[in-house]
Amino acid sequence: MALTALRARLERLGGLVTSMVWRLGYASRFLGYLVAHSGTAFRRFRLTVAEIYFAGVLSLIIILVSGLFVGMVLSLQGYETLQRFGASESLGVLVALSLVRELGPVVAGLLFASRAGSAITAEIGLMKATEQISAMEMMAVDPIARVVAPRFWGGVISMPLLAALFSAMGIFGGYLIAVPLIGVDSGAFWSQMQAAVDFSNDILNGVIKSVVFGVAVTWIAVFEGYDAPPTAEGVSHATTRTVVISSLAILALDFVLTALMFTGGNR
Amino acid sequence: MNRSTIDLWVGLFVVAGLAGLLFLSLKVANLASFSTSNTYMVQANFLNIGGLKIRAPVKSAGVVVGRVTDIRFDTETYKAIVSINLESIYQFPRDTSAKILTSGILGEQYIGLEAGGDGVMLKQGDRIRLTQDAVVLENLISQFLFNKAAEGKGDEKK
Repeated sequence: MALTALRARLERLGGLVTSMVWRLGYASRFLGYLVAHSGTAFRRFRLTVAEIYFAGVLSLIIILVSGLFVGMVLSLQGYETLQRFGASESLGVLVALSLVRELGPVVAGLLFASRAGSAITAEIGLMKATEQISAMEMMAVDPIARVVAPRFWGGVISMPLLAALFSAMGIFGGYLIAVPLIGVDSGAFWSQMQAAVDFSNDILNGVIKSVVFGVAVTWIAVFEGYDAPPTAEGVSHATTRTVVISSLAILALDFVLTALMFTGGNR
Repeated sequence: MNRSTIDLWVGLFVVAGLAGLLFLSLKVANLASFSTSNTYMVQANFLNIGGLKIRAPVKSAGVVVGRVTDIRFDTETYKAIVSINLESIYQFPRDTSAKILTSGILGEQYIGLEAGGDGVMLKQGDRIRLTQDAVVLENLISQFLFNKAAEGKGDEKK
């Protein structure tokens, strides 16, 4: 009796793992097909531009406001600690490095996943549920080239720009708190920052991170939407999964990229 | 909303994003002020470089004149070989000396150059002969304690 129950449980676990690997393989093939068939997204660039508008421009407000507040909080908290060591002039370094290297790409990516990724999944899932995707196939229009690829490239193009704006806005917020409010010397704030932040080592690596996050988030979003069961419940689950999986993917990828980019003090 | 308005907003968004990147690279990383094109490379050997890192500044009279580009260990002489890129507008005599110094008490280490009196200038690939190693705090403290102990003995004898 106990043995059969155990066996059933093990079988369920095995089935879960198999279906996960199965889905991963399907998602990879989906990405390959998507990239191979994204000619339309660039030939009819209007389609992609409309998606940049939805994914990028409409996310601007949340990105800019969050960036401003994150920078201001960093500045306040950093001052608390730095002034104990009499190093409050290094506030610019602290704010700029933590934003450019980590917080900019990661927080912008998380916001992007919940603001734009979930919308993409819901949109594609609903198109599938209302059989618009099948209708396109009937008309010999490839839905991946016409619907999915522009959304994918729109997200991939928007993400680095959003992350850069987030970092720039955060540094501005940090400046607002540090210089006019706390009274750190403005020259020291900027010059120490400029001496410590390196273009290729810090800024370029941040941009690379944001591109990677952009690809990961939009890939997960379009795949979850395309793969969603065509029911109201299926679409809602897919939307939730997009936010959860892409947030986890961002944090995990961030660890891997940071380990690759910033280890070894002598480099 | 018709198409042309979307285009305008997307254009503005892309311009703003690129402006953000430009701000980061020019104002934050200060890319413009340090051109890497017109430099020449010299080397210096040190017995101990302490905490010197690649990209550390090279200063003369407190002005940044170059950067450390490479640090290597020579297995034949057991010394560290430090490569320095100096800006071509700054020429130094051949008998210039290089010291590893620390900015502040706990600050970053940098290389300080002191110009000599030779008429011949350093060229690409030259080696700086006069060098002074980094001060290692442990050695300094042990030397201090040793001196103190020696002083104490001297007092007893008197």
